[in-house]
Formats: sequence, C-alpha cells, structure tokens
Amino acid sequence: MKMKFGTMAVAAVMAASPVMADLVFPSLSYRTGPFAAGGIPFADGYADYFTLLNERDGGIGGVMTRVPECETGYNTEKGVECYESTKGEGALVYQPLSTGITYQLIPKATADDIPVHSMGYGRTSAKNGAVFSHIFNYPANYWDGASGAINYLLETNGGDLAGKKIALIYHNSAFGKEPIRTLEGLAEKYGFSLIELAVDHPGQEQKSQWLQIRRERPDFVLMWGWGVMNQVAIQEAANIRYPMENFIGIWWSGSENDVLPAGDAATGYKALTFHGVGRDFPIYEDMQKYVMDAGLAAGAGDQMGTVLYNRGVYAAMLAAEAAKTAQEIHGVADITSGMMRDGMEALVITEAKMEELGMPNFGPEFAVSCENHGGDALIGMTQWDAATQTWTLISDYKPTDGDIINPLIEEDSMAYAAEAGIEPRC
Amino acid sequence: MFYREAGDFSTTYPQDSQTFPIRFDRYRYYLVLAVAIFVLPFVMDDYLVNSIFLPFLIYAIAAIGLNILTGYCGQVSLGTGGFMAVGAYSCYKLMTAFPDVNIFFHVILSGGITALVGTAFGLPSLRIKGFYLAVATLAAQFFLVWLFNKVSWFYNYSASGQINAPERTVFGVEVTGPNTEAWATYLFCLVFTIASAVIARNLTRGSMGRQWMAIRDMDIAAEIIGVNPLKSKLTAFAVSSFFVGISGALFFAVYLGAVEVGEVFGIQKSFLVLFMIIIGGLGSIFGAFAGAAFLVVLPVVLKVVGVDIFGWPTDIVAHFQLVIVGGLIIVFLIAEPHGLAQLWRLAKEKLRLWPFPH
Repeated sequence: MKMKFGTMAVAAVMAASPVMADLVFPSLSYRTGPFAAGGIPFADGYADYFTLLNERDGGIGGVMTRVPECETGYNTEKGVECYESTKGEGALVYQPLSTGITYQLIPKATADDIPVHSMGYGRTSAKNGAVFSHIFNYPANYWDGASGAINYLLETNGGDLAGKKIALIYHNSAFGKEPIRTLEGLAEKYGFSLIELAVDHPGQEQKSQWLQIRRERPDFVLMWGWGVMNQVAIQEAANIRYPMENFIGIWWSGSENDVLPAGDAATGYKALTFHGVGRDFPIYEDMQKYVMDAGLAAGAGDQMGTVLYNRGVYAAMLAAEAAKTAQEIHGVADITSGMMRDGMEALVITEAKMEELGMPNFGPEFAVSCENHGGDALIGMTQWDAATQTWTLISDYKPTDGDIINPLIEEDSMAYAAEAGIEPRC
Repeated sequence: MFYREAGDFSTTYPQDSQTFPIRFDRYRYYLVLAVAIFVLPFVMDDYLVNSIFLPFLIYAIAAIGLNILTGYCGQVSLGTGGFMAVGAYSCYKLMTAFPDVNIFFHVILSGGITALVGTAFGLPSLRIKGFYLAVATLAAQFFLVWLFNKVSWFYNYSASGQINAPERTVFGVEVTGPNTEAWATYLFCLVFTIASAVIARNLTRGSMGRQWMAIRDMDIAAEIIGVNPLKSKLTAFAVSSFFVGISGALFFAVYLGAVEVGEVFGIQKSFLVLFMIIIGGLGSIFGAFAGAAFLVVLPVVLKVVGVDIFGWPTDIVAHFQLVIVGGLIIVFLIAEPHGLAQLWRLAKEKLRLWPFPH
C-alpha cells in the first residue's frame, strides 16, 4: 500500500511538472455551462488539429505540441484561474473564446508578454496593433461582420437600402453591443433605419422582442447571439413566420446547434462566416486516419466537420502557422511566447499555403502587420438547408466597409491608449 | 487543555470585554495575523494570489457584510450582487474622474456610496419581512444590473459596456492594472479584510449589534423594550452595504481588472455570498471567513486534484465539482445546520476538555 502511494505520488509529480521542450497551446475551453454546445466542438477541433500535427508531422518544426485544457464554463473568474495556472507552463498563445475573458486578459497578457488571439470575438479595436501589441483578432471582427451583413444586403437588393428597416437582436452584453456603433454609422450612410432589441442573458425569454419584430415588420433581422439564445430566436422567428432568408446571424449564431431544434422551419437561415463549412477538405482524410481512427480524438470525437469544429481547426491552423513563422524569423524551433507574438504579427495566409495544408479556400487570404492585427476583413455568407442538414457557402469572402470601420477603430483604440497610458508603437 | 480560562484573570474592565477574552485564543489570533501579514506576502505568486487569496479575502468582506444584515439583523437579502456592482461602478467612476486621489480612498468612498444605495433599498424592510423582503431585494439586484447595462454614463460611454481598471498606486506600488505584484494586491486586500472584520466584530458586540440581534430574534418584543426598528434596520442595511460595496470595488479594481456587470455581478453572485454565510454560520464573523474559504478554495482544490494530478478530462472534473460541492453543502446542512462556525465552536469545547473529557 505504501509502495502504491509512493508510485502514485511520483506519477502525480511527473504529470504535474511541465515538460519544457513542448510548444504549449493552452485551450481555455468550456465543455460545461450555458454555452457548452458551442464550446465543445471548438475545443475538440482545436485539440485535434494539434494531435494531427504531432501524429503526422511530428509536431511543428520538429517540436511536439501540447494542448493543456482548462475548463472555464464561460466564467471570467474561472478564466482568470485558468490563465494563471497555465501561463507558467510556457503558454504560447491564448484563445479564450469568450469576450469577457478576453477583456480581462488584454492588459494581463500584454504585461506577461503572451499573445492573445481572439478570432472573431473580443475587443474589435484590438485590430489596431499599434496600441494592442499582444492582441490579435484576424481574420475578421464584429464590425467587419456588421458591415459584411449590410454589404450582402446591398448586393442582394440592387445596392439600395434607403428606407428599409433593419432590426438588430443582440445578447445584452459586451459581445452583443459591439456592432451597434458600426450599424449606426452604416444606417446613416445608406439611409436605413435601425431597431435595437436587447435580449438578456442567457436569452431563453424572447417573446417580447419577437412581438416587436412582428409589429414593426423590419425588412431584415440581424442577430448577435450565442448559446441557447440562437435556438430560441430561430424558433421564435419560425413561430411568427418571419421569412428566414431575411434573417442573418453573426458567425456565433450559425452552427448546427442553433438551427437543428427548429427543424425544417429553419431552412434558408443565413449566417456570416470567415472560414469554410462542411468536411469536404483533404485535411479531414488525414484527420480521420491519424486522429479519429487512432482513437486520439478529443471529447467524443463526433464533431468533425461541424461549423464550430471547423472554426477550432481554423484557429489551431492559424496558431500553428504563426508558430512556424516565428520559428523561421528567430531561427529556433523551441520558441517562446514573445517570439510567437512576432510570428503572429508577420503571419501571411495565402491560398497556396492553405492548399498545401489540405484546406483549399478554407478561409480568406490575409496578411498581418504591426499596424493591422485584424487581417483584411473578408466576410462570407452561409445558408442552412434543413433537408440535407448542411451549411453552404453562398457568398465568397468579400471586403467590408473600411471607411466606416477604420475611424471607429482608431477612435476606440486611442481612447483605450489614453486610459491605459500606452504609447502607439508604429 | 486548550482554550481554558483557568488562570486567566482580568483585573480591568477593558481586559474583561476584549474580543478574545481567553489568552490561548488571543495568541492564536495574533499568530494568524502575523502569518497573514509577515509570512504569506513572501510566498505569494501570481497563481496563489489570483486563484485563491484575492477571491477569498474579497468574498470574506462581502460575506461579513451580508452576515451583518442576514445573520445579525435577520433581514434576508438577495441583492448582494447588485450592491457589489454599485461598489464596482462607483470605484470605476471615481478612479476615472479623480485620478489623482489615492485608490484607497476611492474604495472607501465606493463603500459609502453603496451604503446610501443600500439604505434606500432597505426602506421596504420597515413594512415587509421574510420572503417578501427577499423578493424586494431581488428586485434591487435586477434593477441595479439593468441600470449599469443601460445607462452608458456608468461605463464612460465605451463601445462594449465593459469597465477597465486603470493603473493606480499606493505608496508608489501598483495595486490595480496589469503590472501589479502579487504581494502588493494581496496586502492591499488584506488591509481591507482585517479592518472590515475588526469593525464588524466590534459593531456586533456593541449596542448597535445588540439592537440588530433583538430585531432578528423578535422585532415586536424589541420595539416594546425600546429598540427603534427604523434606526436599527436601516443601520444594518447601511453597514452591510458598506462592506459589500468595498468588496465589489476590490473585486473589480484589484481582482478582475475588467468587469461586465451582467456576467460578474448577476444573481449567481448574490446566491454565492448567501451560501457562504449559510455554510459558514449565520451571525458569526468567523463563519464569514470559513464560508468564503469553503466555496472559493474547494473548487480550486478539486480542479487541481482532478485535472493536474489524476489527469481526468476537464469536463468530468467540472461536473464532479458541482456534485461534490453540492453534496458537501447538503451534508453540512444536515450534520451541522449552524454552519462551520458551530463546528469550530464545538471543536473548541472538545479541545478545552481534552485529553480528560467527563
């Protein structure tokens, strides 16, 4: 018995002590709580991609990768605990998948010289790399999303939205409030009127908001929702027979979890995106062979090809490519978080590169620079078909309205710089 | 053997009425203070301070505050989260409006502002009691969260509605913002926790505390013997909200650094603090500490044991956390309805007789 306890203690110490020769990509995931349905596929995709790199290529540049997972439950206090407990292991980059935790980490991670990649969420004005040295939000942010949705509507309505009514139904939080400024600017520019409808967390109760939509009859409805709020909204839209093709969600409101509960009525619902959908990519053959069939899949292993799984894979791919770039810049294989930051800032994603990785046309082409941490803001559109249960890309990645967004980013980031006493770098 | 009053003579009234009349208890208390002030700051690191000590100290202040209202004065409140939000947002407005004033005073002023708000929401307690009062304070909770979400003046018109704590120093050492040292934030919160506990302890031993307890035990009888219910209920609300406001200010400025009101100061926070005082022990300052420690430290310990030592999947551990903490709460409430403080009292009794019980 004593012997057994001794071995257990040794095993525990060995499991707990970090192995320094790994590239560590912590995953602050949430497999429990109100947003678990969205958190699980993302975390699985993120972990599986690194497993694939380890199994197929022997890691990145010959160094194995490791993805320690920490459960946040979408709770900021647990997020702080997770950050503190994983940063000592040599964490290269954080992807908190929560706007609240991202805001928390912006000053902390910058002080600790660890980059944060808030892909399609977090603080939009972090695009201004001159102020936010360690925060990256490529390839797209919420303001691009708002502009992308309006551009799509312009395109499908003969370039004219004057006199139209557009409703925004949003999660009443930092995340949901993000697009309002951009939409207000766009409303002025194109002459449409904007109706703002806030839904309180978690969003199970939306009767009054949809009653208002029914009364005001907006021509289009945009949605900034996450978790259970999406399912309820799509169900409510179906209940009042709102035409689904005029209902557009942000990329966090466009996964299988959101549309399946409404059944056939959800057909035609649209969602913005910045990465490919489905599993029709060569990389998934490798994924099946090296990860799924080998029994190394994260979680239950049943998420491959879903929208949020793809997003996790995409996030992991961008992180891995940034790590490769960092290895090239600094000429060392075992990079530090500071080097990783340089790699992210020099990241260039081209079609040829994605083709080579087995992910042709998986996302837009973009390049990151010191001034621009947000990529080139190319937004696509997907549509749901309940009969085949698939999302289809119906509009290719297209540019957004920089004239409206860039001054807003400048204004908001400079306000932060003044508040936090930051001197712009470049 | 321990905690014996034998041979411990009081020759003056102050000696007789001190907080810890038994010598052994007093030395134990000094020892705890000495360790907390002179030893722990030297072993603090970012992980310990941010995952265990800061939340423990700050929740302890909130629990002391709620314990005064609920444990000592008998007024059930579900508005703790909302009052913490008042403290946090006052602290943010003060920090940004008067950057030259020391953060120390901002935190105290935030407590004062929260006391005013708390007193206003305490007015219904003069007419309604029990469950009905709980519902009225629940309304305060929802109203305050809604207010801080709706009115952009409170978050200085930022696009996202988040508030961020700017860097502030005490004696030239940073205590808020990203570049703080672990020991500095720890000591800053420790000062507030110790001060709150000492003040609360002495208030509850004095005439004000006796009035509160009289109201708690039977308000009509208390009124007949001359306790003014208006004054004692409202002072309980004010003092309680003062501590809760201080904890909210520290929670935002020192611990989290960025806050979104609905997520951080929602109804769950009110329940969490209420559970702390129920598990710790109603009507006991030590109970506030014990409850805060139980609910802050236990989840972290379970996580470290499950994920880091045994290597179980994180979601399984998170589910087990709920099961184990929930189970323990039930066990405690059945085995010891008066909370951890009562267990401690019993332990002291036992230790006093040990090793020769009757």
